[in-house]
Amino acid sequence: MSIDAFNPDRRGFLKCMTWAGSAMVWTVAGGIPRSHLIGQAEAAPTGLTFAQVSDSHLGFDRPVNTNVTGTFQEALGQATSMTEKPAFLIHTGDITHLSKPEQFDTGAQLLSATGLQVYTVPGEHDILEDDGKSYLNHYGKGTRGDGWYSFDVQGVHFIGLVNVVNLQGNGLGDLGQAQLDWLEKDVKSLSSSTPIVLFAHVPLWIVYQDWGWGTKDGAQALSYLKRFGSVTVLNGHIHQVMQKIEGRVAFHTARSTAFPQGVPGVAKGPGPMSVPAGELQTFLGTARISLVSTSSPLAIVDTPLAG
Amino acid sequence: MGKLFQRGLLLACLIAPAAAWSYGAAELKIDNFKFGPDTLTITKGTGVTWINQDDIPHSIVFSALGVHSKVLDTDNAFTYQFDKAGTFSYVCGLHPFMHGQVVVK
Repeated sequence: MSIDAFNPDRRGFLKCMTWAGSAMVWTVAGGIPRSHLIGQAEAAPTGLTFAQVSDSHLGFDRPVNTNVTGTFQEALGQATSMTEKPAFLIHTGDITHLSKPEQFDTGAQLLSATGLQVYTVPGEHDILEDDGKSYLNHYGKGTRGDGWYSFDVQGVHFIGLVNVVNLQGNGLGDLGQAQLDWLEKDVKSLSSSTPIVLFAHVPLWIVYQDWGWGTKDGAQALSYLKRFGSVTVLNGHIHQVMQKIEGRVAFHTARSTAFPQGVPGVAKGPGPMSVPAGELQTFLGTARISLVSTSSPLAIVDTPLAG
Repeated sequence: MGKLFQRGLLLACLIAPAAAWSYGAAELKIDNFKFGPDTLTITKGTGVTWINQDDIPHSIVFSALGVHSKVLDTDNAFTYQFDKAGTFSYVCGLHPFMHGQVVVK
């Protein structure tokens, strides 16, 4: 879908949702968003490219996908064999299904086999046991609090946030004051032209409150980023691609590599969605994010494992 | 010996159901992100068992009682005995939009 027809000066928001099964290239340049179906206009990345995987749920074994290790491995293979080899990999949480040691071990083995630098944030399924200590033992080095941190690559400032520790009464994610204070301080000294990539497990914007698909204080976090020209928010948790562009902030959720979930407002619940035999891999996949040049667009290409 | 055995058996038959009856037992199912039934009324001393029949893990959290079950994967169960009268609300720890209550009389 091309959205060039929209007035780029218009404030407010544009909602663009792509449900599982299709792939999309998505670019944002100076607050003017453009998106294209894959194959129509793939960005030609010349700078930084990285890959996003999400919700591998290692240990899940229900009939909808009895081989989540296999599909995760397939997704990682897809990420590493992209034409533009990604500089690193981001996993946006729910690496494991039940936070079991063997599930963390499998995840660590598969991620390390990619040979890529891996950045993660926890999903709620990664901190079910021992107050999240297993997650932090694996991925907490150099992080603060429950596992938040930031880093810079080729002029882009990346921020990994944790919003699954104190789920709110309605199920929404929560960052908490300590993390918000850290975030405000973290971006304070950056120039407004620095592209920002923010990633966390639960969507930072309210996708669907009834299912807890959103973050209670996500808007507060984003208020610290208002002055930046390009902000990209990457999330997981909802096991389907959704995109929204609001001002200069582009939101994006990734597919799961394990199982799809239903469409909010349509499906009767947020649980795993059964799909016809042979079609599962069109609902799972990876995302590739490219920085075409430091001061302008980030392009996101969502790719299903098949189809 | 035979009479003793018969008496023993009789005693066992009397005690076993009496024990089960006096403490009582109730069962709740978790399916599609819902507790069924979402309101359960029981008498004091009843043990309530939650069985997760969903494809996704859940847990039982009674904040006021300080009760927090382990995470229940599919087909796992959790039992708690209610010894005090009152109305006790609970949620799923992983999905706090799932609400239920147990009314103990």
